[in-house]
Amino acid sequence: MARSVTQKRKIINTAAAWSVGLLIFFPILWTILTSFKTEAQAISDPPVFLAFDWTLENYTVVLERSDYMRFLWNSIIIAGGSTLLGIIIAIPAAWSMAFVPSKRTKDILLWMLSTKMLPAVGVLYPIYLIFIKMGLLDSKIGLVVVLMLINLPIIVWMLYTYFKEIPGEILEAARMDGASLREEVLYVLTPMAIPGIASTVLLNVILAWNEAFWTLNLTAAKAAPLTAFIASYSSPEGLFYAKLSAASTMAIAPILILGWFSQKQLVSGLTFGAVK
Amino acid sequence: MATQHSRSAARLMMAPAVILLLGWMLVPLIMTLLFSFKKYLPLRGGDLGWVGFDNYIRFVTSSAFWPSVLTTLTIVGGVLVITVVLGVFLAILLNQPMWGQGIVRILVIAPFFVMPTVSALVWKNMFMDPVNGLFAHLWKFFGAEPVAWLSEASLSSIVMIVSWQWLPFATLILLTAIQSLDSEQLEASEMDGAPKLAQFGYITLPHLGRAITVVVLIQTIFLLSIFAEIFVTTQGSFGTRTLTYLIYQRVLESQNVGLGSAGGVYAIILANIVAIFLMRMVGKNLDA
Repeated sequence: MARSVTQKRKIINTAAAWSVGLLIFFPILWTILTSFKTEAQAISDPPVFLAFDWTLENYTVVLERSDYMRFLWNSIIIAGGSTLLGIIIAIPAAWSMAFVPSKRTKDILLWMLSTKMLPAVGVLYPIYLIFIKMGLLDSKIGLVVVLMLINLPIIVWMLYTYFKEIPGEILEAARMDGASLREEVLYVLTPMAIPGIASTVLLNVILAWNEAFWTLNLTAAKAAPLTAFIASYSSPEGLFYAKLSAASTMAIAPILILGWFSQKQLVSGLTFGAVK
Repeated sequence: MATQHSRSAARLMMAPAVILLLGWMLVPLIMTLLFSFKKYLPLRGGDLGWVGFDNYIRFVTSSAFWPSVLTTLTIVGGVLVITVVLGVFLAILLNQPMWGQGIVRILVIAPFFVMPTVSALVWKNMFMDPVNGLFAHLWKFFGAEPVAWLSEASLSSIVMIVSWQWLPFATLILLTAIQSLDSEQLEASEMDGAPKLAQFGYITLPHLGRAITVVVLIQTIFLLSIFAEIFVTTQGSFGTRTLTYLIYQRVLESQNVGLGSAGGVYAIILANIVAIFLMRMVGKNLDA
C-alpha cells in the first residue's frame, strides 16, 4: 500500500519536473531546431516542430559569410587567457590569505569583492581612453587583461575557500622537509587543490566567454569574440531566423557542452563555497 | 605557525593581486571624477575646462534620470523576486524522488551557459516578435491579438528574459542547500502532525536563508550592470533605459564625457549603497 503511494508520487514528481525542465530548456531546443530549417520553414505559420526538411545550409552560409572561426578563436583566447592569467596571480594571494591569515585578511577579501560592484559603465570612458593611448583598442591582449581584472576577485575568493579546507599541517610538513615557498605552493598545495582550481577555471571561462559589456565596447573587427559576432545579427536587415539560429547555436555550443560535463564542479564553484 | 619570515612572504605573494585591483579601481575612478567636473566633448572641441558641479546638476535634473533609476531597480527587484520564488519551488521539486533527475537538472541549468547577446536575440526575434514570434502564433491560436512584447510590455519582457537566464543559478544553489536539510527533522515534524505548509515555513525556508542571501548578493552584482540584454533588444527605448544604459548613451552615443562621467559617479554611489547593505548581510551570514 505504502509502496504504491510512493510510486504514484514518484510518477507525478517525474512528470512535473520533466515538464518544467523542458519548458525552461525549450528556447534553446527551439533555436537548435530552427537552425536546421530553411528560412521559409523557420517563419512558417503555423510553426513546424520536427516535420521539416532538415538542412545544414544555414551553417555553411554562416561559416562562409561571417568568418565564424576568427570570432571563435578570439573567444577562446580571451576567455582562456584571462582565466589563466587570473589563476596565476590569484594562487599566491589565496595561499597567503588561507594559510598566513592576518587581522585584515577578511577585510581585504571583502574589498576585493566590492570592486566587482563598481559599475563598469562608470569607468567606461577612462578605460576607453587608456586603451586608445596604449593602442589596445580592438586587441585581444587588452581584453584578456580587462576580463582578468573583473574576474580576479571571484578567482581569489573561490581559491581561498578551497585552500582553507586543506589542512595547514601538510604544508608545514613540507616546509620542515626543506621545501622552499615556491616548491610548497607549486608541488604540494596546487596538486591537492586541483579539484577546486578546476571549478574555479570552469566558472571563470564561462563568465569570460559570456561577458558582454567590455567585449562589445572595446572591440571592433579584429579582436571581437562571439558575443559581438551575435550582436551583429541584431540589425533588422540581416535578420533571417534560420541563420540567426545557426549562428547562435555555434556561439553557445562549446560552453553548453563544457558546462554540462562539469556541472558537479560548477555547483560547488558557483556558491563560492558558501552553501554546502 | 606563521613566523615573521612567512608573514612577509605572504604579503609579497598577495601584492600582485592587491596592487592590480587597486590600480584597476583607482585609476579609472579618479579619471571619471576629474572628467565629471569638466565640460568635455571629444568630438566638439575636447576639454573645454572646469565647470564645477554643472554636470552633476544637469544629469539629475534631466528628465531621463529618475525614470532610469526606477527602471534599474525594477529590473533588479523583479528578477530577484522571480528567480528566488521560482528557484525555491524548483529546488523543492527537483529534490523529490523521480526518474531522470540528472537529465532534468541538465535541462534546467542550460540557460546559464547561454551568452546574454544570444538569449536576448533569440527571445526578441523567435519568441517576442509580433509577427513571426512563437508567442504571436500561440496568441493567434487562442484567438487573441498578438502582442508587440518589446514595445508594449517592454520592461516585463526584459525582466522575463533576464529571469530566464538567472533562474538556473538560483535553482542550483537552492537545490544544493536543500539537499543538506536534515530529513529526520522533517520526519519528526510529520509525526507530530505538522501540515506541509508549516513544515515549509518553519523548517525548509529558514534552512534556505543563507543560500537565498548568496543568490541575492551574487545576482544583484550582475543585475545592476546588465547591458547586452538591452543593447540588442530595445536599445533603451520604451522605458527600458537603465542607469547603466543612460550613461552609456551620454558617453558613447552623444559623446558628452563630462555629463556621462557625472552619471557614472551617481551609478557608483548607487552601487555602493546597495553594496554596503549587501556586505553587512553577507558578512553576518558567512561568519555563522
